[in-house]
Amino acid sequence: MSVSAPDIPAKPKRGFRLDLKTVGPLLALALLVLLGISLNENFLSYNNLTNVLARSSFIGIIAIGATFVITAGGLDLSVGSMAAVIAGVMIMVMNWLIPTMGIGWGVVIAGMATGILLGGVAGVFNGTMITRGRIEAFIVTLGTMGIFRSLVTFLADGGTLSLNFQVADVYRPVYYAGLLGVPWPIIVFALVAIGGEVVMRYTAFGRYCAAIGSNEQVARYSSINVDNVRLLTYILQGVLVGVAVLLYVPRLGSASSTTGVLWELEAIAGVIIGGTTLKGGYGRIWGTVVGVVILGLIGNILNLQSLISPYLNGAFQGVIIILAVLLQRGRKNA
Amino acid sequence: MKLVKSLMASAVIAGSLTGAVVAQDKVTIGVSVPAADHGWTGGVNYFAQQAIDRLATTYPDVEFVFASAPDAPKQIADIEDMVSTRGIDALVILPGDPDAMTSAIKQVKDAGKFVTVVDRQLSIDGVEDLYVAGDNPGLGANAAAYIKESLPDGGNIVILRGLPIPIDQQRFDGFMAGIEGSNITVLDDEFANWNRDDGFKVMQDFLTRFPDIKAVWTQDDDISLGAIEAIKQAGREGEMFIVGGAGMQQILQAVANGDALTPVDVSYSPAMIATAIELTTSHLVGGIHVDGRYILDSTLITKDNAAEFLDPSSPF
Repeated sequence: MSVSAPDIPAKPKRGFRLDLKTVGPLLALALLVLLGISLNENFLSYNNLTNVLARSSFIGIIAIGATFVITAGGLDLSVGSMAAVIAGVMIMVMNWLIPTMGIGWGVVIAGMATGILLGGVAGVFNGTMITRGRIEAFIVTLGTMGIFRSLVTFLADGGTLSLNFQVADVYRPVYYAGLLGVPWPIIVFALVAIGGEVVMRYTAFGRYCAAIGSNEQVARYSSINVDNVRLLTYILQGVLVGVAVLLYVPRLGSASSTTGVLWELEAIAGVIIGGTTLKGGYGRIWGTVVGVVILGLIGNILNLQSLISPYLNGAFQGVIIILAVLLQRGRKNA
Repeated sequence: MKLVKSLMASAVIAGSLTGAVVAQDKVTIGVSVPAADHGWTGGVNYFAQQAIDRLATTYPDVEFVFASAPDAPKQIADIEDMVSTRGIDALVILPGDPDAMTSAIKQVKDAGKFVTVVDRQLSIDGVEDLYVAGDNPGLGANAAAYIKESLPDGGNIVILRGLPIPIDQQRFDGFMAGIEGSNITVLDDEFANWNRDDGFKVMQDFLTRFPDIKAVWTQDDDISLGAIEAIKQAGREGEMFIVGGAGMQQILQAVANGDALTPVDVSYSPAMIATAIELTTSHLVGGIHVDGRYILDSTLITKDNAAEFLDPSSPF
């Protein structure tokens, strides 16, 4: 992550001034951490920090995919519903495989493969409709958002799909256990983030995304295959939703129509708080990670205090989100 | 203008006359419920459809129109369509947002239909002919009574609430009145939105914040399921117990098995929609007098009576 500071393009002014665009999200994060410490002594405890990071990892992994989609000038509103339907189908597949495969890791691995595959297929569908069908990304993914959400409600017969209890026991450690005391979701989140940062900065694909997002025509004239790159961003997004669901299912072992509600907005908010521009052209993976952690901490801090009435939780969230973005944009034209 | 109005009026009268004539042999009942957006409303949809299937076979002359709506405007449109195009004689409605829908339901009543309101009180009295609901203050009071009895010396508890709507407030007030005068301290209450994931998050944070918790009141079994996982993760399942609500099969099973973490549950069955449909149908078909208020008890479900509430075919 140390590479972040020097090569940010388009600095507002040369000279001595602190580059707010770079440090803005970190500053917001630091302020939030200070607030947390002042409110509750357990805030910095190892358990609390791993709880919050593990909880944020689903949104985080999805948001890293969203960073690519948004950088390339696209949008995916379907990720929350997609997560729900993938979780539902994964659970059904695993329950269905028990008689043939027995209880064990075999079933779980088959379930995981199903999840990743489904995510990829959903991404191909979204991406194809957008790039080959020439429909606005907003409309396509708004449509699939409704389709996926109804599908999971239909599959669950309006109720909840629950994973077989014994398989859930086998699968459970994927959320709750970890390596050297760091839970698996956090490790996977970190790996995906590092991979995303490398792809965004050091590969042709990452640069193509930014080029397409900032000017599609110029990108086309520069012989970039705009449609294919865009399609790839949606497939990547779908696969990452699949990865997030792999970590989500073992937590509660169930999926219902409430699974993943509003995850799309949280993911997009995390991306924007992190400094990626909503209209595309510039993306920053490490910023997205900071943005998602900020969102996770807001929820955590609200639960760790009783000063703010729970009726005002939404307002507090709104204020912090706006402040976080203001910190990095406020003095841009000063 | 006047001509148009009188034409319309006569059309309405003619319409209601033919409606009345038709009603002699064929009866149509509209059933409108909110979409299955969480476990409990999922149960409502299931039990409504089950009741409709059963009654349609018993009474071949009764036709049912069923609609499920994700929000208030859609639900209002549903009932308008039922009145204008399907010619319903009675409406059974569980209003998603009762305040927003009161005037629309009143119009159905004013058009001379029999109106049954389920679960949620409208904002003005006297609109519905029949009101069928669970006992929300009772749900809170019964949970409070159990917790008070189980913690005779008092102790610290936390509350996970639903959504900020009147039902939640009634439950909360009922509970707080119930523990008044005891040594039970409510450390804090937060909204968990009747949702497992939020139940998990809020409980995790409560566990971080409070080293000593004797009991958790979640007032909903979806929230309970999330809270249970958080408590297990923290390895503190020996220190506290949870009282939920609604009577979800998974929790009832645990209660029946004598699980120490969920020793009891409080019923608030989505099957109340079936009761409402049955009563409305028997009124229209058999002319049985059913007007009034039917409040279904929020019973405390313990290991001893859990078997009565178990229904393996229920999705809730």
